[in-house]
Amino acid sequence: MVSTILPLKLENVELRRGGRRILGPISLNLSGQGITIIMGPNGSGKTSLLRAMHGLERVRRGKVSWQSDIQTARAQQAFVFQTPIVMRRRVVDCIAYPLLLTGAARSVARKAAVEQAASVGLLDSVDLPAEVLSGGEKQKMALARALIRRPEVLFLDEPCANLDTKSMAEIEAILTAARDAGTRIVMSTHNVGQARRLADDVLFLWDGYLHEQGTKAQFFTATQTAEAKAHINGDLIP
Amino acid sequence: MKLGAMLLSLSLLTPAAVGAEEMKMAVTTSFANSGLAEVLLPQIEADTGITVQLLIVGTGQALKLGEAGDVDAVLVHARAAEEAFVAAGHATHRREIMYNDFIIVGPSEDPAKAGAAETAAASLAAIAQAEATFVSRGDDSGTHKTEMALWNAAGVEPVGDWYKAVGAGMGAALNTASGLNAYILSDRASWLNFGNKGALALVFEGDPALFNQYAYLPVNPANHPHVKASAAATLETWLTSDTAKALIEGYTIDGQRLFTFNAVPQ
Amino acid sequence: MNDILRGLAEAGQLVVTADADLVEITARSLQVSLGATIIASAIGLPFGAWLAVNRFRMRRTVIALLNALMGLPPVVVGLIVYVLFSRSGPLGVFGLLFTPTVMVIAQVIIITPIIASIAHQAIRELWADYHDLLISLNTTRGQRIKALLWDGRRALLTASLAGFGRAIGEVGAIMIVGGNIDHATRVLTTAIALETGKGDFALALALGFVLIALAIAVNLALHMLTRTEKDSRW
Repeated sequence: MVSTILPLKLENVELRRGGRRILGPISLNLSGQGITIIMGPNGSGKTSLLRAMHGLERVRRGKVSWQSDIQTARAQQAFVFQTPIVMRRRVVDCIAYPLLLTGAARSVARKAAVEQAASVGLLDSVDLPAEVLSGGEKQKMALARALIRRPEVLFLDEPCANLDTKSMAEIEAILTAARDAGTRIVMSTHNVGQARRLADDVLFLWDGYLHEQGTKAQFFTATQTAEAKAHINGDLIP
Repeated sequence: MKLGAMLLSLSLLTPAAVGAEEMKMAVTTSFANSGLAEVLLPQIEADTGITVQLLIVGTGQALKLGEAGDVDAVLVHARAAEEAFVAAGHATHRREIMYNDFIIVGPSEDPAKAGAAETAAASLAAIAQAEATFVSRGDDSGTHKTEMALWNAAGVEPVGDWYKAVGAGMGAALNTASGLNAYILSDRASWLNFGNKGALALVFEGDPALFNQYAYLPVNPANHPHVKASAAATLETWLTSDTAKALIEGYTIDGQRLFTFNAVPQ
Repeated sequence: MNDILRGLAEAGQLVVTADADLVEITARSLQVSLGATIIASAIGLPFGAWLAVNRFRMRRTVIALLNALMGLPPVVVGLIVYVLFSRSGPLGVFGLLFTPTVMVIAQVIIITPIIASIAHQAIRELWADYHDLLISLNTTRGQRIKALLWDGRRALLTASLAGFGRAIGEVGAIMIVGGNIDHATRVLTTAIALETGKGDFALALALGFVLIALAIAVNLALHMLTRTEKDSRW
């Protein structure tokens, strides 16, 4: 798909909490296609960066701007949280919810939700209350919900952090399929292997700064900084 | 049964469309507890077509409702307060209807020897002397005003742990007296009709000072034009009629007559 | 103890014979208290939700005030409503004093803070859960409140039932503004007060047992209609 909202530009974006700097200043430019993986040790600001890009954090220092107006931009994004946020409804109603928000008829939305559920392997669970799903199933449901409006940009915050291997594999498959269908994906992970499997390009954060970035090939085989190298190796960074 | 109740409640929502006229009268708890109203009201409706809605409150509140124009007539038993009420222009006049008497009730063993006194005032003085527990209405009602007049006559100021002012209606005060096994001034009708006598018994009666006059006060339409003045006048005529006299004097509890009719024709 | 047993027996007898007076005052009790609960819920539930979702400067004060209003003594509310609707008062022209309507008004004033307060607490917790998701989905304020009210409906039902419980057992306010007039404004609680005052404890207790049974019946009916606890996980 041709993007109407990219490129996303961050200019000297800085986030502070309680007087402490937790992110930035960071400047970057997000455009093109494929999957961008955000990597870095815990506390390096991965979640903060994702939330700032998506608009979940109020950015007081610096600027976040999309190519289009803010309303169009908001409508064309989706976010998957590390711990899936599950509404107290049936699975099919959870997945259909974003469509109902844009004014779709209930029957139309429900039908689309069932198809989406099938595409993530949850067809058998559509009528169950969402709370009874397992962790992996909940995350797949969240993914189905995020994709149902065919967003141009999809953000994910360590989506497989608490999941078993099988679920992780299933989710990675869904993500690559979405990427192939044209969705621009920005995802954080602390699993280096997953990063290798999925990344088209990498943003490496350290201590709240954008420490290194590059294409997959550049980052993994021609790593420049010591910290990035240590992280890829699985060493504790000094 | 629930369905029946639902249907009944729906019918209650619609205003009463029957040809009867309604008026509101504030009466005292002493009058209501006597049970006389249950005898009079149906006959009033049959004879005059008026449905009298009774608000059963203390004397003070009854007069306040009359003053505010929230009721059409008042029936109380506190002469001084009634005369002040008329003088202030809240009622057009005061019409005496009937009287009953007060009695002193107390523990059946009568430890204060209140029953042996010559007068009601002396009886109360004996109770004060013995510091026996005494329950007072304490609510500025007709009964309470009579009680205070008696203390006055006895030259006693009732203060102390033994004197319990409850600030409640006749029935509630009798309940408290029963619970405390205390002395109390009550109207005869309320006492005879009272269902929780416990160990209490009638201790003193008969003094003319215990005479309890009920009077009818129609609310002044000059102050409150919306008041149902003609219905109030019709009711007054009925209450002072021979029919009323027969019903009032024919009303007994345990064979005892409670009220004496003493209305004079106008 | 004797009185309680006699009360139970008399309650049974009144119910089985469908005593006309009992049916009348029970119907009126339901009319007044259910009516008040419905109106108070219509005001209190959305207000509680709105309060949970909106951030404004006076918010903490409003919440504290709301919680304090839960402790409004009903008899004080009754007095104020009486003064307002008395013929000598500002709203006297409507002629509502001593009618079931003014009893509903008084009870609405008493129970709306309770309903709003409980609703606010429930919605606030749900909002904390849903916050990031609803912001991410670019919902409008109206859409957020709708989602919270719908998904939180069980807790909101509890809020309404708490209001109903308070209303059906209330006697101070409706005694003053209703006047406990026989066949006009007498309900279960005011009848109980009257019979207690007459010393007829057995009848008062009987009416009390009917009142308790009524409250239980309403609660059960609502829970069955909304199928709560049907597929609980534990």
